[in-house]
Amino acid sequence: MTDTTTVTKDERISNVSFVTNIMRRPEFGALLGAIVIYVMFAVVDTTGQFTTLQGTAGWTDFASPIGIIAVFVALLMIAGEFDLSSGVMVGTSGLLLGILVSEFGWGIWPAIAFTLVFAAGIGLMNGLLVIKTGLPSFIVTLATFFVLKGANLAITKGFTGSVRVSNIDQGAGFEDARKIFATTFDLGGAQFQITVVWWIVVTILATWLLTKTTFGNWIFASGGDANAARNAGVPVRRTKVTLFVMTSVAAALVGIMLALRLNGMQAGQGVGQEFYYIIAAAVGGTLLTGGSGSAIGASIGAAIMGLAAIGIPFALWDQDWVSTFLGVILFSAVLVNSFISRKAKGARK
Amino acid sequence: MTTPALELVNVTKSFGNVTALNNVSLKVEPGTVTCVLGDNGAGKSTLIKVLAGVHKPSSGEFLVEGEHADFASPRDALHRGIATVFQDLATVALMSIWRNFFLGNEPKKWWKPLGIMDTKLAKEITKKELLAMGIDLRDTNQAIGTLSGGERQAVAIARAVHFGAKVLILDEPTSALGVRQSGIVLKYVLAARDRGVAVVFITHNPHHAFLVGDRFYLLNRGRMIGDYQRGKVELDELITAMAGGAELEQLTHEIQVIRK
Repeated sequence: MTDTTTVTKDERISNVSFVTNIMRRPEFGALLGAIVIYVMFAVVDTTGQFTTLQGTAGWTDFASPIGIIAVFVALLMIAGEFDLSSGVMVGTSGLLLGILVSEFGWGIWPAIAFTLVFAAGIGLMNGLLVIKTGLPSFIVTLATFFVLKGANLAITKGFTGSVRVSNIDQGAGFEDARKIFATTFDLGGAQFQITVVWWIVVTILATWLLTKTTFGNWIFASGGDANAARNAGVPVRRTKVTLFVMTSVAAALVGIMLALRLNGMQAGQGVGQEFYYIIAAAVGGTLLTGGSGSAIGASIGAAIMGLAAIGIPFALWDQDWVSTFLGVILFSAVLVNSFISRKAKGARK
Repeated sequence: MTTPALELVNVTKSFGNVTALNNVSLKVEPGTVTCVLGDNGAGKSTLIKVLAGVHKPSSGEFLVEGEHADFASPRDALHRGIATVFQDLATVALMSIWRNFFLGNEPKKWWKPLGIMDTKLAKEITKKELLAMGIDLRDTNQAIGTLSGGERQAVAIARAVHFGAKVLILDEPTSALGVRQSGIVLKYVLAARDRGVAVVFITHNPHHAFLVGDRFYLLNRGRMIGDYQRGKVELDELITAMAGGAELEQLTHEIQVIRK
């Protein structure tokens, strides 16, 4: 028996240094990558704007709508599920809001409330279909994606005769709603989008949810080993369904923000964006097989996308290469992440 | 005579036309280790699942502390103090030790419905409880997957004991482990027994069972074929009975002929 009265040091356990502890965090690789990319774009910047507040307002504007959704996509991925309908959901909710206001004459606030409830319903449907059929969420939400994509186009055309819904500003309460969802605020002379505040708040909330609450513990367990979790008494199904709802509502929130900002919505809005969220989550250290990851990581992943989207034109590079750049980043980030986590965990497993 | 913590009376469980358990009776006393021995296909897994609340018996009576029990799910069984440690499905490898320890029973602070975990308390209790079982881990933040198989089983046992398990069902806890690791787990089995827990130890290894068991049941092809008390049975007897006596003799003979 080991002596338990005096806390003797176990000679088999080497000291874990502060650095190793930081390296163990799933978002470490993304943070490192973000810093490298930031410095790189700062160096090649031809406008002298990239590192200013103006430049910051630019890339955060691009990153924040992605970040708000990517954070919840990351939580869902940690729980072991995908939502490929999260991109098209942005379009669906914006269009729904627009049609309710411009075609049915609803006020903005009831239309927003209805849109959020509708999105929650779609999320609930996604979740229940995954749980009840036992089919992979990749397939179920891919189907939802295409169903919604078609419906967006057909229903929009049916109502407006075009592929765009507009005139949302005729709804009562439009200006008030914009103050919350689609305004800008001044910071040192630069105009920042209000979505940036939402992004930061959502990231903090999701991080707190994941690391400090019971529900967060269940998220990790559901994705890490659903059987073990169930044996320990974790409501795995409820956890997953709740996360599908949250992801869908986050997408609707972004759709509402966009619709109010643009005073309209294109029927094809959001399509293809779902991969941005998954890329942001994966770059941020979320394991594609579930069980590990972080909300901050997904936000850093979204920030990297913003940096690339603004940094590339600022460097006067051909903007057509943005996706290629993101592809390379995705691959290297996941490679580096898996390398770091293996190093940090030591040789075992 | 105390009331048994668990009792099965003439329990039969069939799946369609397959009878997995046939008229099985057993008693599990508090503060003892009850071993259920059986070869592959003897019905051990089905027995565990009946005790753990996964399956309902097709017929017969299942008593918990003398009262009729009718479990709809493992959660029900857990509420009655019956905790099951499944062989490979006990812990989530990627999660830290303290998160695993409190999984499904997280300590909360402030307003309970908010579900805010008291992480500091959780880490303290984990360390203290593991120490009480003789497991000395300095860093409860490390992923449980980095521990050895024996240590992981030990954490699962300590967890069940901490959460007030009156009955602890262990499904083949030593089958995937080496000699030393098995020894560690058996030590924790006894530690749990000494804290008054009724341990049901299900195994196909009579050596391990003999080291810790107070009572031995033999299961073969869904039937209870033997019931022995500690001190009234020798290891050889157990092994022979388990392998089905005559069958083993036959086998020994055949092997001898081949080896000659």
